[in-house]
Amino acid sequence: MPPILEVKNLRKEFGGLMAVFDVSFDVQPGEIVAIIGPNGAGKTTIFNLLSGVLPPTRGDIRFDGQSLIGLKPHVITGLGLARTFQSVQLFGNMTVMENVMVGCHQQATYGLIDAAFRLPHARREEHHIRERALAQLAHVGLESHAEEPALSLPFGRQRLLEIARALATVPHLLLLDEAGSGLNHSEKAELEQLIRVIRAGGVTVLLVEHDIPFVMSLADHIIVLDYGQKIAEGTPDQVQADERVIAAYLGQEA
Amino acid sequence: MKALWARRNLVNVIAFTVVLAALGAVDIFRPFGLSFSALTGRVVTLDTMIRIGILTIVVVGLNLLMGYAGQVSLGQAGFYALGAYFSGILSTLATRHTILPGITGLWWWPWLMIVVSMILTGGFAYLVGKPILRLKGNYLAMATLGLGVIIHILAGQFPDITGGYDGLTGVPRLSIGSFTLWPMQRYYFLVWGAAIAVIVISLSLVDSRIGRALRAVHTSEVAAEASGVDAEQYKVQALVLSAIFASLAGSLYAHFQGAVSPSPFSFRASVELVVMAAVGGLASTWGAPFGVGLIYVVRDLLKSQLERLLNVRSGEYELIVYGIILVSIMIFMPEGLTASSVQFMQGRRRRHGNIEPQRVQSNGTVEDLGQ
Repeated sequence: MPPILEVKNLRKEFGGLMAVFDVSFDVQPGEIVAIIGPNGAGKTTIFNLLSGVLPPTRGDIRFDGQSLIGLKPHVITGLGLARTFQSVQLFGNMTVMENVMVGCHQQATYGLIDAAFRLPHARREEHHIRERALAQLAHVGLESHAEEPALSLPFGRQRLLEIARALATVPHLLLLDEAGSGLNHSEKAELEQLIRVIRAGGVTVLLVEHDIPFVMSLADHIIVLDYGQKIAEGTPDQVQADERVIAAYLGQEA
Repeated sequence: MKALWARRNLVNVIAFTVVLAALGAVDIFRPFGLSFSALTGRVVTLDTMIRIGILTIVVVGLNLLMGYAGQVSLGQAGFYALGAYFSGILSTLATRHTILPGITGLWWWPWLMIVVSMILTGGFAYLVGKPILRLKGNYLAMATLGLGVIIHILAGQFPDITGGYDGLTGVPRLSIGSFTLWPMQRYYFLVWGAAIAVIVISLSLVDSRIGRALRAVHTSEVAAEASGVDAEQYKVQALVLSAIFASLAGSLYAHFQGAVSPSPFSFRASVELVVMAAVGGLASTWGAPFGVGLIYVVRDLLKSQLERLLNVRSGEYELIVYGIILVSIMIFMPEGLTASSVQFMQGRRRRHGNIEPQRVQSNGTVEDLGQ
């Protein structure tokens, strides 16, 4: 099978700083892939390049065979690449349900005029959106909180809500940016289970993670970054045994 | 849940319509010899009610743009002016320029021109919106401010077309066939009918895919885009719609005054529209009529009462008290009149029912705990 995501010689410079330096990797469909590395290694920058938030300085990103360079973020989302954020970005002025309904935005087509006059076409699609959103909430176990304000949820649940919103866009590839950070032990176990269920549903998962043990038990394939460069890649066992990885994490003494 | 919410909107709209229709009917039937202004102790006249209705239409649009989509406009009076001038110019083509004398005298011509004005103003908003809405925060405020000022100045320039600083006169009354929507008692129903229609449209929009997209863009443009919302497209749509509403209000104003001059469309008018939206409550459609109404009533009361109390011609004194009132509202009711009164009522109910208030955690504090 061809890879779902191909990253070739991706580079991002901020002024003189080389945040991502000629990184290449592939993601195979159906895999759980993790990008790890110390603080400032360029992990989140790669996510921002993949999702179109930042334009790369150089290099190519192909998703399902199509180049993503120059596409706007909402177009990339429409192609089937969804993401979450390291600092949870919920719509605080909306309910839990409405947050997920925003994720269903491209699942409907009715426009301003249909909405203004509540035309039958709009009502039908709106009904459909509600059903889909509710199904996504059930998926992450938040259906009983549907009508609560999004920010009244405890932090761990807010992370789940953000994942539900991303899933509502019907992605083929889901990017999770430090989805485990700020979660306690049992919440992390729940998250791990959820990620496996998402993958079982046919969605490829690419995660950026800080928490090494969490990643080691979950990922099929790991990419290690340090100072914007890829220093190692392989299965969890291969990566753990790599000397350069140990040096990057523990410091290069003696 | 959904059905309940929609029903609550419907009940509000019906109640609002009934109250306004009853108020309007007072001056037509004069029960027990009462007139509208006598009913309100001469604080609010029918003339004021019509002006409140017209500005409600502008503020509902401004609320969609600022309150929901989060895009500041300090130039909304500019779009209001465009509506008034387009209507004024196009409905007096025959009398002022002897263009199309046969058609422009017909009763439906001014109505058609109201629609044409809305299309022209909306088209103009679309053209300027594309570049302007790339700006954010203070820069967007400055750009829209400039836009409003330019329109205000241009309105005073070309005397042949706009009437210059003296303005246009002879704008005809509106009529349906031979039924003229005048005197004021009849015009009242047209204005508030339009205002209620605009409120209903706004309520429907807010609770739709479009409204959610606007609210999403307001909170986090990055997250909205990541959820598949074309932020730029919806910001432009909100601006165009608010401009179309402002244009409709401008046209109604022109046919109400029978004349149009640049003075009511100054920068100060734009600021006052923002104040009305904020006092009523940003992100609250129902806030619009109450925000506009409160500002009107406070200003009129101050004008008449201060003159009596201080025994001076008002002017500056009036502005000082007006300012103090606005500042207090913003300090004590930052979410505006409607939201604050609703919260107050809910708070009372909660205290009586002994239900623990919900703790709303902010993003930041929870994240700190997680570290």
